[in-house]
Amino acid sequence: MTTNIGNISDQPLPTDQPVLDIERLKVTFATDSGDVYAVKDVSLEVKAGEVLAIVGESGSGKTVTAKTILGLLPETAISSGAVLIKGNNVISVSRSKLRKIRGRDVAMVFQEPSTALNPVFTVGWQIAEGIRAHAADGHRISAREAKKRATEALRKVGIPEPEVRVNYYPHQLSGGQKQRVVIAAALALNPGLIVADEPTTALDVTVQAEILQLLRDLRDKYGTSIVLITHNMGVVADLADRVVVMYQGDVVEEAPAKALFAEPKQDYTKNLLAAVPHLGRNSASEGAKERLHQGGKVLVEAKNLTIEYPGRLGRPGFKAVDNVSFTLSENEVFGLVGESGSGKSTIGRAIAGLNRATGGSLKVLGYEMLDFKEHTFKPLRKDIGFVFQDPAASFNPHLTIGECVAEPLLIHTHPSPAQARLRVAQLLESVQLPASYAERFPHELSGGQRQRASLARSLALNPRLLIADEPTSALDVSVQAKVLELFKDIQEEFGFAVLFISHDLAVVDMLSHWVGVLFKGNLVEQGIGSQIMGNPQHDYTRRLIASLPVPDPDEQARRREEHRALLGI
Amino acid sequence: MSTATFSGPKKSFLSGLPVISHLNKSVGLQRGMLITGLVLTGFFLLCTILAPFIAPYGYSQLSDQSGSFPAQQAPSSKHLLGTTVGGYDVLSRVLWGSQTAVTVIVVAVAMSIFLGVALGLLSGYYGGWLDRVLVVIADAIYAFPSLLLAIVMSIVISHGQSSFWGGILACAFSITVVFVPQYFRVIRAETIRLKAEPFVESAMVLGASSMRIIGRHIFKNATRTLPLMFTLNASESILTLAGLGFLGFGIEPSSAAEWGFDLNKAMADASSGIWWTGVFPGIAIVLTVLGLTLVGESINDLNDPRLRGRKRAGGKPSRSAAAVGQGGNTGAGTGSAAGNGTREAGNA
Repeated sequence: MTTNIGNISDQPLPTDQPVLDIERLKVTFATDSGDVYAVKDVSLEVKAGEVLAIVGESGSGKTVTAKTILGLLPETAISSGAVLIKGNNVISVSRSKLRKIRGRDVAMVFQEPSTALNPVFTVGWQIAEGIRAHAADGHRISAREAKKRATEALRKVGIPEPEVRVNYYPHQLSGGQKQRVVIAAALALNPGLIVADEPTTALDVTVQAEILQLLRDLRDKYGTSIVLITHNMGVVADLADRVVVMYQGDVVEEAPAKALFAEPKQDYTKNLLAAVPHLGRNSASEGAKERLHQGGKVLVEAKNLTIEYPGRLGRPGFKAVDNVSFTLSENEVFGLVGESGSGKSTIGRAIAGLNRATGGSLKVLGYEMLDFKEHTFKPLRKDIGFVFQDPAASFNPHLTIGECVAEPLLIHTHPSPAQARLRVAQLLESVQLPASYAERFPHELSGGQRQRASLARSLALNPRLLIADEPTSALDVSVQAKVLELFKDIQEEFGFAVLFISHDLAVVDMLSHWVGVLFKGNLVEQGIGSQIMGNPQHDYTRRLIASLPVPDPDEQARRREEHRALLGI
Repeated sequence: MSTATFSGPKKSFLSGLPVISHLNKSVGLQRGMLITGLVLTGFFLLCTILAPFIAPYGYSQLSDQSGSFPAQQAPSSKHLLGTTVGGYDVLSRVLWGSQTAVTVIVVAVAMSIFLGVALGLLSGYYGGWLDRVLVVIADAIYAFPSLLLAIVMSIVISHGQSSFWGGILACAFSITVVFVPQYFRVIRAETIRLKAEPFVESAMVLGASSMRIIGRHIFKNATRTLPLMFTLNASESILTLAGLGFLGFGIEPSSAAEWGFDLNKAMADASSGIWWTGVFPGIAIVLTVLGLTLVGESINDLNDPRLRGRKRAGGKPSRSAAAVGQGGNTGAGTGSAAGNGTREAGNA
């Protein structure tokens, strides 16, 4: 593949030289509130055919490091140190030289495949663009030749019928296929190094398993080195040979993957690994033989519930939820699991009256939601709490935390200002926030603190039912662990019923007594959490559980084999 | 906790004000633009306030103790900027004209903001038939050329009357009619976006009434762009006022000084070499509009973190200082271009 590209490379390289060598990299950003040192002092190298994972929580500088490798930093950043790719220092080379390095020596796979592809061009054209841009002087590559190579690249990444798909537009492909196309575009020129920035974060867990398999195949077959940027320890355990752990712009620890997971040396790494939810450990329904908490009243009862979104003129509507039946009793935590588009959030929103149920029956606290009227439902609202996914967006940025938490009180019980302040202080205390935080604005709190405040708000009126829609998926893993623990404690203390909605099986298992698995609007399986996770009955549940990478390289290698056997590969 | 209250941002009130906060975070060319705009606007406002004291004569004064003013007299020590064909003192007319302009801006923009914001919030939040009807009306108003609409409105409202308040209100109303759809559109779009935000949904789940949601949660968040729209629309309303005056739908010279009217009367002078009657009102219009536009565009750029220029990280000239400077300039350049784009989009 590289024959037509010509001999641009400066000098032949000895084989043992690292593909990428970062030395004492520092990156500083200018912001309104002064300089931010995003990367303080990072040195690392990647050998040929190696998968190096850079792991860290948000703000650790892992993405900035990745962008520096391709020279993609914005104008407000200055960097010092050296990033050597095949002997070229990316930081100091000229723009035209940098353009030659990009795509030919190093390529990037982005997080969100649907935004990384231009919707108005065919995928073949987009792959060919890189190929034609790197034609050596005097060697114009014809459109036909470029397309042939694009087809070849698509074949490499396992897209079926590449001759046909090469003419497809991005919207005609699924999310996983789009990510394959992005990888194909990165591979088109056979670069020695691919930088993959959270390549599977935007994908469902079953698709994630496929993409990880593809990346592994690329390394095995073509010897491509991969720098994998991720926050997901399961992904690291699945793919990485060596791991660099970053924290606040510094490398905390660097070790081979197996050694890191088996014996982490630094405290930070230990805490990080301990915080990762691990499927099958710490189950809330451990040892349960029958459904727990069935003595009390049934708070939510769905019978053949159907929720349909109206279609456009002349088209049938879209059934987001199809014929779903379940019950939720007092004191019980019901975990609803599913991938994107499975209808899990729709059910939660319907219970809170944000969506309308269109068929079957949905009784919430005895109120039939099919005949929903805001003014008749309003008295029941004080018994329902709701925790939203993104804590940053669920607070009005113009109100203080105290005002936000007091909002439900002001609406339903009209307390005096002194009473309200007292109650807010109590609530904040119960979610382990200092009472003085009442005067802060939402943006002055960290993500985890905001989610605690959000929990405090939903508990303000002592609700009997709490709906938590992906409450921890926007949080870093160590923060998530603390919030989940708090959640569990508070639930046990106050004894409200919870509908816990999440895409993360391990998280659901940690909290829920009873778990339902949704697939394309159907509730395919429900049962005791530990039993579903340990012994799934439905095919989809089995696939879902097998796809989930666990943060342990040895166990994950075994699971991977099982997964492949399950799919019959 | 006993002393805690649910209020009190920590920043001082002054540095939180729109224009001042913008000035504090601007650097380089953007700062220059903003300061130029502020100086021009400040000068314009100063003239307005001091017009009664610094203008040598009244706006409709045709004579003093030494007799009637001569017509079309070149600038001299008695009439620093000369006199018009009707015998008015040009300097006095220009100074008094700023007062008319400010009054019209304040009345017109205030009316259109109140009406536009209220309609936008209701229409965006409730949706349904109310929304559809209001959008159709706004579209219909957009379809007319704004000056033509202003002329029609001016005829309908004042029937050609030309008292000071009659004339000003006629102008202000006609400008309001043109501007309300702009505010309506912006606030409505913002409201629809905010309606889907989790914090609004969370208020709905709590059972807050619609009025409480609109007033407490949406209003403040939807109106962040208003200072920007205010400055841009202020300059446009001056142009509309001048346009009306120029076409003869303005205010009679005996009621108030008005730059557009003076320009109209100066048309014939231009061909006969009498430059001072037209040039000075013209300069007044250009500088005022320029000042307001510069302020508006700068605020627009500074509101957008991607367009805002910043000091270099490290606070010292770095190795690649040349490239950096270039980057900053390009940033500012594209910034104003994009600003224009936004403004056109706002108008369209």
